Amino acid sequence: MTDLEPGQAAAVSTAHGVDDVGETTVGEVHHHMHGVSDTSTGLSNNKLGMWLFLGSECLLFGGLISTYMLYRGRVTRGPGPDQIYDIPFTSVSSFVLLMSSLTMVLAVASANRRDVRNTKLWLTVTALLGATFVGGQVYEFTTFYREGLGYTTSLFSSSFYTLTGFHGVHVTVGIIMLLALVGMISRDRVTGERSEVVELVGLYWHFVDIVWIVIFTLVYLIPA
Amino acid sequence: MAIIERPADTVTSPPPLVTPSTAYGSFRRPVQAEGWRSWVFTVDHKRLGIMYGTTAVFFFVVGGVEALMIRAQLAGPEGTVLSSDVYSQMFTMHATTMIFLFAVPMATGLANYLVPLQIGARDVAFPRLNAFGYWAFLAGGIVLNLAWFLGGAADGGWFMYAPNSSVPFSPSNGIDFWILGIQITGIASLTSAINLITTVLNMRAPGMKFMRMPVFTWMVTVTQSLLLFAIPVITVALFLLMFQRTFDATFFSVEAGADPLLWQHLFWIFGHPEVYILVLPSFGIVSEVLPVFSRKPLFGYPFVVFSGIAIGFMGWGVWAHHMFASGLGPLSVAVFSISTMTIAVPTGVKIVNWTMTMWGGKLRFSTAMLFAMGLVVQFTIGGLSGVTHAVAPSDTQQTDTYYIVAHFHYVLFGGAVLGFFAGFYYWWPKIFGKCLNERLGKWNFWLMTIGMNMTFGPMHITGLQGQPRRTYQWTPERAGEGFFNIGFWNLVSSIGSFVLAVGVLLFLINVIHTHRKEPPAPLDPWDARALEWMTTNPPKEHNFDTVPTVTALDEFFHRKYQDVGEGDAHDLQRIATAEEILAEQEAKADEHIHLPSPSYWPLLLALSLPVIALGVIYGLVVSVVGGMLAIFAIFGWALEPATADDSEFDPPVDDEPSTELVTSD
Repeated sequence: MTDLEPGQAAAVSTAHGVDDVGETTVGEVHHHMHGVSDTSTGLSNNKLGMWLFLGSECLLFGGLISTYMLYRGRVTRGPGPDQIYDIPFTSVSSFVLLMSSLTMVLAVASANRRDVRNTKLWLTVTALLGATFVGGQVYEFTTFYREGLGYTTSLFSSSFYTLTGFHGVHVTVGIIMLLALVGMISRDRVTGERSEVVELVGLYWHFVDIVWIVIFTLVYLIPA
Repeated sequence: MAIIERPADTVTSPPPLVTPSTAYGSFRRPVQAEGWRSWVFTVDHKRLGIMYGTTAVFFFVVGGVEALMIRAQLAGPEGTVLSSDVYSQMFTMHATTMIFLFAVPMATGLANYLVPLQIGARDVAFPRLNAFGYWAFLAGGIVLNLAWFLGGAADGGWFMYAPNSSVPFSPSNGIDFWILGIQITGIASLTSAINLITTVLNMRAPGMKFMRMPVFTWMVTVTQSLLLFAIPVITVALFLLMFQRTFDATFFSVEAGADPLLWQHLFWIFGHPEVYILVLPSFGIVSEVLPVFSRKPLFGYPFVVFSGIAIGFMGWGVWAHHMFASGLGPLSVAVFSISTMTIAVPTGVKIVNWTMTMWGGKLRFSTAMLFAMGLVVQFTIGGLSGVTHAVAPSDTQQTDTYYIVAHFHYVLFGGAVLGFFAGFYYWWPKIFGKCLNERLGKWNFWLMTIGMNMTFGPMHITGLQGQPRRTYQWTPERAGEGFFNIGFWNLVSSIGSFVLAVGVLLFLINVIHTHRKEPPAPLDPWDARALEWMTTNPPKEHNFDTVPTVTALDEFFHRKYQDVGEGDAHDLQRIATAEEILAEQEAKADEHIHLPSPSYWPLLLALSLPVIALGVIYGLVVSVVGGMLAIFAIFGWALEPATADDSEFDPPVDDEPSTELVTSD
């Protein structure tokens, strides 16, 4: 265990290093940069909180993936995994989702450069790629349903739809966050430091992508 | 809330409260500093701590009344107080209430109040999230208990085993209320976990290294880490059950080929860490109380801390000992049997450390100390019967008998509850500025302790005689004879439960008496050791006038006493009083302390949760309305800065740099 030295001087009493105020202009002091670095760990509260939340999410998906792995071979009626998955199609939509992580990185980089135009551009592109993935999932679900795989058809279908559905909801929430962020940046209504807010949404987005890599591998690629 | 202006020379007039005047989001910020609005919209960790505690004690009484009805039913043969159906609801809701609506939020409440004070912070890391957590907990409690009035409460046991809890076996809506209520309290616990862990990691005062943190703060950190990872597992289980009941999925239907153990595994992977979530905060409390009233430092502080962390880790590897009778197979049973025996080791380490703390100390038998010592004794009894469960063949005999009930009430009542009461008596002057009456306190302690031993002690006998749990009647023909006659021991249990209830009633009387009659408490009534005592009783809104720099474990004690002995001979001499230390702080008080501002949004977002939940039962249209309310609240929240900016205060503050709390959410 590392015994982190709590943030130097006034870890708690100052948000923006009043003790070092000699080098800071008054205007900057009044600019509220919530929890940028003067915390005991050096990580901002928001970032630490997001990491903790994502740690918790790991177990949510862990539970759902375990349920799927337990039930994927249990097909009493209706089609089974081997008959129904369209791996080339899902590979393409997975590729689209992975590319959205790249555009998210570009958005964070633009935000760090305080390049508002490109930040908004890349956030929008990320949201569009995410929406393409969700659209692909909706198409996939519809096709499966037409082929006779309803939600309650078999244990396999229930656990498949539940797992991938939860992931799809996570991507959708991410898209809403991205678009809301674009709107808030446009109207200059972002509370806290802008580049950090972009990074936080980015952390969530990358997490959702990484979970998809696990789901795609375990659900689609490994034969039941 | 608001800026507290603190001109250095102002002694006569109170610091003027300056209020934000600019609208945010859709509403103006709430600005009231008094009255009900100042509580309902508060984000102050101390107020929220009191709200958590009060609500938890209310649910403790509710759960207690449910327990008394169970004992009334079982006092004699073929009891007629409750029907079989209502009896099942009663024991389900007794356990659910005590665990999810009393023990967890009580610990969260104490942690909320005390952790920022113990680490030298002015609030928690996410004050609005904190407020949301409280309201979501209350909403979850209301949803859980609404079922009583809307067709009957849940009746599947607090573990709610599926497939027994699926529609064919449990058609009652009570199960749905239970699923949704637990889901909402889970959201509350998740937010409190993120909030408190971030607070401990990020908001420590200068010099407050990890190994200088009070043990209570340490145990809260372990507990909240357990919650962080345990809650999502029960969330998955609850979703699967909800989809089974609402959308006809078959996750737990054996006839459809499902695995009947899936629920048990998911539940106990959550449920066993939950057991440590319930008891570790109290371990932290007694680790604070025992040293103070023994006038000795805690024996082996690092051992107490690391054994707590070890319990936290090992707590994840013992869940299947709840399932020894389910046919796991010999290998699994052997592994979980051994891991369960092993977890007794760090627990035993703590017992030894507490005993050695008292050894040779100048003991003061205050009520807080009595409760703390009560925990050490009673928990040890529960721990010993716990080890007998780890022996799988023995456990197979005990499964589903009153012996198990005896065991977990010794560890949870003897552990968690006695610890909380130690905390109540110890921190009452800190939180409310008055010491609880000691005379009533002693009666409170002895009646509760005698009552709990009368109630739960005989259950060892009735359990080993084979009396099954969750069975609403027992018959005289099968009660046995002589010393082992379960009829006699059931009567003793029932009488004991009422003695216990009188003990709890005395606590409530003591609270009322204290607030009416007792004088204000001295600044440092117990000659305490940790940082929370370095401020006024109750603490100011901003906790500390100046954030202390910490140089040692037991910082407050070291500011009061100096060791003038030579070599191994310790001779402690008082070098300062609490009043002097406080005056020194007040003399160099920070100016312009910004505290996080009150907000409507946490309450609104929490209100949307039960609306969404009720929609699952009564029609998804209601859920859609609740969802829209939630989205509205989230946007309002996101658009509102956690702390109102200088420019939004009226009159505008001058251009001097201000100190501000590092909070954000």
